[in-house]
Amino acid sequence: MSEVRFGQAINRALADAMAADDSVVVFGEDIAAPGGPFGVTRGLLDRFGPDRVRDTPISEAAIVGAAVGAAMSGLKPVVEIMFMDFVTLSMDALVNQAAKARFMFGGQYALPMVVRLPHGGGINAGPQHSQCLEAWLAHVPGLKVVCPATVADAYALTRAAIADPDPVIVVENKSLYAVKGELPEPPPSASIGKADVARPGRDATIATYGAMRAVALDAAGLLAKDGIEAEVIDLRSLQPWDEAAVLASLARTHRLVIVHEAVEAFGVGAEIAARMADIGFDELDGPIVRVGAPFMPVPFAKELEAHYRPDASRIVEAVRRTLA
Amino acid sequence: MTAADSASPIDLLRTMRLIREAELRLAQLFADGEVPGFIHLSVGQEGVAAGVCAALGPTDTLASNHRGHGHALAKGLDLERFFLEIMGKAEGMCKGRGGSMHVADAAVGMLGANGIVGAGLPIAVGSALAHQVKRNGAVAAVFFGDGALAEGVMHESFNLASIWRLPVLFVCENNGWSEFSPTSRQLAADPCALALSHRIEARSIDGNDAMAVHDVTRTLVAEIRNGGGPRFLECRTTRVRGHFEGDPQKYRDAADAARSDDDPIGRLERRLAAEGLPAAEIKAAERDAVARVDAAVARARAGTAPAFGDALRDVYANTEVRP
Ligand SMILES: Cc1ncc(C[n+]2csc(CCOP(=O)(O)OP(=O)(O)O)c2C)c(N)n1
Ligand SMILES: [Mg+2]
Repeated sequence: MSEVRFGQAINRALADAMAADDSVVVFGEDIAAPGGPFGVTRGLLDRFGPDRVRDTPISEAAIVGAAVGAAMSGLKPVVEIMFMDFVTLSMDALVNQAAKARFMFGGQYALPMVVRLPHGGGINAGPQHSQCLEAWLAHVPGLKVVCPATVADAYALTRAAIADPDPVIVVENKSLYAVKGELPEPPPSASIGKADVARPGRDATIATYGAMRAVALDAAGLLAKDGIEAEVIDLRSLQPWDEAAVLASLARTHRLVIVHEAVEAFGVGAEIAARMADIGFDELDGPIVRVGAPFMPVPFAKELEAHYRPDASRIVEAVRRTLA
Repeated sequence: MTAADSASPIDLLRTMRLIREAELRLAQLFADGEVPGFIHLSVGQEGVAAGVCAALGPTDTLASNHRGHGHALAKGLDLERFFLEIMGKAEGMCKGRGGSMHVADAAVGMLGANGIVGAGLPIAVGSALAHQVKRNGAVAAVFFGDGALAEGVMHESFNLASIWRLPVLFVCENNGWSEFSPTSRQLAADPCALALSHRIEARSIDGNDAMAVHDVTRTLVAEIRNGGGPRFLECRTTRVRGHFEGDPQKYRDAADAARSDDDPIGRLERRLAAEGLPAAEIKAAERDAVARVDAAVARARAGTAPAFGDALRDVYANTEVRP
């Protein structure tokens, strides 16, 4: 067991995957010699050489497009798009090519590729460097989307993504990179599509993922002071998501709040709420409530951004609404 | 140079005849309602597909575009499963999921036709990256039209291929048209100048001279295999039919479409006759193509409708999707 930062756990996962399998290659903007804008790929170039660890030009369409061609030709590319906001420029390769290749070619091709997308605010990066666009990608059949919240999952889900035969998007919250946590030795494994109970409780379920896991746990702590025991479910994977785990929790608590940093409207929470309103209808003793960002671009100024991102008090309020 | 990547004129004629016959049959099947969706034919452009693909080996990879029937057949796609696919049958190359614009065959390195203009370029670049990393000596090629030169991803692909000296051959089939608009109103640049400005050596040739296409491609592929980095080949050619079958082509005057002296098949046949090949042998190329297509169409008509449940199972490798 050792204490490492979230970003270091991803680095370790990349290195272990590369050591285990020669077909794993890593490329992206400033990820090789400079070690990545957030330092996540530091040291990989020295260890694995310039053939397998490459800096690319600023070419988001070609980075993901080339990952598709490389995956169809026997490599397992892991590419980084510096900020999730820039994935707008890669959308054809992701949505029309990567997501559909297995299906539209009748299962002839596997696409074992990973796209790492740092998302989220909290660093005053402004409207074009802070967005959480994971719902776009979770909407596309053929893509998988995971979003680790803990150091152990940063390692385990990155390894699971690389091992997966289908294209997997790893969404990494930028505000988590420096967070420290325990990485067990040997490091853990995870299966994509399985949620975790981050804190058990009997009164209400809070389903969340990524950086909001810690905020939801804070909220659960506050609620506990008033005798309300909230169960926090860390989804870990958004596509596929663990419907059974959320339903099982709902069956225990009969109340459901869904929390994410992304804009609330048409988001991951909308899908979970719709499914639970359907298959969990008989379990519900209150409205399903979502907590997400308002329907506006991510603002820059400290006061504005702080107000924009969901915080523990909003989650507490939402849980109280379900209990009212 | 191995035997696999050099072809004689009669080989090229056979390939072109097969493509021509297959596509004219598709046109008929489409008109009769036996081919659903829409199809883009490469009639008049067969010299490019035949000449280029005959210079590629079985482990070389190929990405293509919406006008990809000829590319796929020239790369060696199975003719029956080709028709089965385009007619939407379960036994098709892609189990009836893709159709005309998505014919692909992993067994012959065919990475797929593509419905998105320009999308094949970065895919070929990535495939070339795999060849380079694995040091397997293979080359990736990609066919695209003049229209794709207006897409931004073209620049990204040229740049990346050049910076990394990737083993990739960019083949631009310049037929003078992007859908319903002439290239003169679509592209401000000269195609070869675009490649050259990315330090990619470029050649422009008459794409309707199949033997010339083949010879030049052999040279370029040999240079690429020797570590020379990417190459660009512009093949000037003729789109004889509409953009898609059923296109009334009101935007185009008849003379433009009907330049029969340009036909790559007629040209090669005249050349072979002049070189003394017996007429019967020339005719046999056509007769064989007709027979093969007859058999393939008969087989395709007997194909079965794809099952929805099978399609659902191929969204992911090992993750079930709710019906
Ligand atoms: C990204 C994209 N934009 C537009 C289209 C519609 N479209 C299909 S083919 C085509 C023209 C392409 O011209 P070119 O690349 O020269 O190929 P050609 O049809 O002449 O063979 C267009 C505009 C498309 N399929 N994809
Ligand atoms: Mg054209």
